Amino acid sequence: MQTNSWVPFFPEQASTFAWQVDALYFYLILVSVAFSIPIVAAIFYFGIRYREKEKYATPEEMHGSIVLETVWSIIPFVISMTIFLGGAIVFYNQYRLPEDGMEVYVVGKQWMWKIQHQGGQREINELHVPVDTNVKLTMTTEDVIHDFSVPAFRTKTDVVPGRYTYLWFNATKPGKYHLFCAEYCGLNHSGMGGYVYVMEKDDFAAWQSGNVSGQTPVEQGRDLFENKLGCASCHAGGPQQRGAKLEGIFGHEVKLVGGQTVAADEAYIRESILNPGAKIVEGYQPIMPTFKGQVTEEQLLALVSYIKSLSGVAGTTTSSTGSGAGGATGANSSNPVTATNSTAVPTANRGQANRQGSNPNAPAGAPSGGNSNR
Amino acid sequence: MQSADAISPGFPETPKLNYLTNGSTLKSWLLTKDHKRIAIMYLISVSAFFFMGGLYAASIRLELLTPASDLMESGTYNKAFTQHGILMIFFFLIPSIPAVLGNFLLPIMIGAKDLALPRINLLSLYIYWVGGALTLFGLMQGGVDTGWTFYTPYSTTFSNTYVMAVGLGIFINGFSSILTGLNFIVTVHTMRAPGMTWFRLPLFVWAQYATSLVMILGTPVVAITVLLLAIERFARVGIFDPSIGGDPILFQHMFWFYSHPAVYIMVLPGMGVVSELISNFSRKKIFGYEFIAFSSIAIAVFGFLVWGHHLFVSGQSIYAGLVFSFLTMVVAIPSAIKMFNWTATLYKGSIDFSTPMLYGIGFMGLFLIGGLTGLFLGSIGLVVHLTDTYFVVSHFHYVMVGGQVIAYLGGIHYWWPKMTGKMYSEFWGKISAMLVFIGFNLTFFPQFILGYQGMPRRYASYPAELQVLNIFSSAGASVLGVGMLMPVIYLLHSLVYGKPAGDNPWMLPGLEWRTSSPPPTENFEKMPVVTWEAYEFGEESGLDLEEARRRDAATVR
Repeated sequence: MQTNSWVPFFPEQASTFAWQVDALYFYLILVSVAFSIPIVAAIFYFGIRYREKEKYATPEEMHGSIVLETVWSIIPFVISMTIFLGGAIVFYNQYRLPEDGMEVYVVGKQWMWKIQHQGGQREINELHVPVDTNVKLTMTTEDVIHDFSVPAFRTKTDVVPGRYTYLWFNATKPGKYHLFCAEYCGLNHSGMGGYVYVMEKDDFAAWQSGNVSGQTPVEQGRDLFENKLGCASCHAGGPQQRGAKLEGIFGHEVKLVGGQTVAADEAYIRESILNPGAKIVEGYQPIMPTFKGQVTEEQLLALVSYIKSLSGVAGTTTSSTGSGAGGATGANSSNPVTATNSTAVPTANRGQANRQGSNPNAPAGAPSGGNSNR
Repeated sequence: MQSADAISPGFPETPKLNYLTNGSTLKSWLLTKDHKRIAIMYLISVSAFFFMGGLYAASIRLELLTPASDLMESGTYNKAFTQHGILMIFFFLIPSIPAVLGNFLLPIMIGAKDLALPRINLLSLYIYWVGGALTLFGLMQGGVDTGWTFYTPYSTTFSNTYVMAVGLGIFINGFSSILTGLNFIVTVHTMRAPGMTWFRLPLFVWAQYATSLVMILGTPVVAITVLLLAIERFARVGIFDPSIGGDPILFQHMFWFYSHPAVYIMVLPGMGVVSELISNFSRKKIFGYEFIAFSSIAIAVFGFLVWGHHLFVSGQSIYAGLVFSFLTMVVAIPSAIKMFNWTATLYKGSIDFSTPMLYGIGFMGLFLIGGLTGLFLGSIGLVVHLTDTYFVVSHFHYVMVGGQVIAYLGGIHYWWPKMTGKMYSEFWGKISAMLVFIGFNLTFFPQFILGYQGMPRRYASYPAELQVLNIFSSAGASVLGVGMLMPVIYLLHSLVYGKPAGDNPWMLPGLEWRTSSPPPTENFEKMPVVTWEAYEFGEESGLDLEEARRRDAATVR
């Protein structure tokens, strides 16, 4: 939003795709100008040159020209295809989720953004992120549709009730940037926003350590699982297990009654908690009650996070670059927007409290619990 | 008088009985089957809605003068932009050109006595009134704050405003569009005068025909969508709200399946009017008649395949997004073809810059910008940044106001002498046309820049650094407002004090200029027989140009 760039009234470029979007924008401006100048010039020239000299003159009749029509159909078509292709490439970069990345949970609520880091830090209407790091937001909403929009990053995504949507970015410049809700959400829509703070990595680590506020999502999820919601009574394993096994399922295919399979991703886990009858795992009875109305979206994200940790999958909490060990994205690559992060991001295993992020002394780039599954 | 007999400017000695003087009781208006009287009643109704919508626009621009939400609370502001959108789109833009100019002129232009289904035509007016009254009732009860798009689950579960009354008003109003569209299609197929072949039809008629196709195919979908919305809101049946088992994106698909084609309902008729203006005021046969005619049909058809470009960031699969982006690029081509053909029509013409032509030229400039910024919004990598910002707001105002409203005003001026028999003040007409053009650009061009800076739509308050451009925009809106109000004054003034226009003030060959002004109830004294091609300005079309020149010389003296 700041206007300190070389173009007046131009938004700051603060993410890796800002320049791509801007390049596309300037290309389109160029095309528009190149298209407009001849037309406007022709209108002015004809307007002056052929201005009525005598009332009710009858100018010579002219018929259309197939050649001209063909030319001015094909040229705009070719130009529009370059615009389409340019847009497609930029879009693909914007929405294909990176294999590694610091994962942050975002829950929209009339009219605030509730944000939770993997290290347990919670924020409202503020998001602190380190510079030069892939940050992946997993988002949902408690109520109506919202839209997480950061103009300086040139990206946004709707946050839709009843499902998870994803947004990623890699901020390139430390600073404070506007965060808006861009989808109309009711009374205080224009007040639903705040700032994204992009920090140097060291500053971010310091911020993290100074902001440990209670449980991490995995810890919170385990607490819900074992104590508050009692999921463990059926799902904890052992000979009495009545509910489906949860260890190691995340990111894998699960066999359902009737022979179908489903990829166990965040959306599947969410659905199985809220609407257990929708997809019954082979070998189990449809006896699980629904938890709809008993868990908030934030608790659901914590449960998803915990179940992911049972498979050794969780969002990294530091800006550990170079940790993209996994390459097994094949299963989900057919649909990058809804594809979940099925790659192995090395992290703490089950049981080990995922405290890494809250430890500012942990060397960056050296993930602990190096048991990288798959 | 008709066929290729010489036609003159036509100033009869004694006033003939015309559609306006044929019966003066209220009943003779309310129970009329005359398409021209129905058109006049539509004209009055849509104008009333236009000025109501305009008042909301004024209040929005006033609020946005300052970054804080100070003139109105955000709740009031939310209602203001919602109601601005609903009144302007459903009760002004969609009926404007078809129901007013189309109703009045389509039968005359094809040489028919009336529309094929005159009673249905009257019914569609009453449906429009009922829908409008229900909507106004909703607004007076307290209004609605969902945005004109009624996105779920906000509209079904969270908004506690008068969604039902307004939604049902729109539902009912939809049938008015459907019946008008149906009537036009039947009329064009069955009521053309002898010799009026398809390729002799004025391009205005082609555009109305294409619009009618969209109306009868698209409107039922939005009607069903609004009905489903009402069912969910009233009976809590889970259709769109995920907390009761629905899918909010389903609503967006259904809504835009109609509402994107509706965008073409809001611009195709304008293109038809502009084709008339450009050709007639250059006194030159339109360049590439068939290409303009078929590009209207192409737009109507492709318009049904691009609704997904409203859902690029809604969580739609990226491959669906890519397909919709591609189709959106394709739909730009027919518009470009029209643009080139209009420009080529001016070449070697004899261009008369009367008020209607100023509007026609203004349309070309504004639609050029509106169309090109449509490419920005169709390019999927760019639209992620631009969607839901003021860039979108500006783009669709360039297309709808710069397109449809400008064309509508041009058409009203062009056919005013035919509709009323009186000539308006050319001087004030030109002033207002230029004020509208300048005011419009001042209002909306800054919004493109605001949008690229990221200012979201539907914001009652905004960051302080965006204030300068918002002040420009609001200042421009006041110029635009003056430009829009002026025609009301001088057009009404002309009804009483205007000079008699004569049957053919512009000396043009179209069938509407071959009957008296205002036309008699049955349009023509005898059935016209068409022996000339469209847009022929020479002697072969039967225009008595010498007589017109003599008369002009006499009036100047």
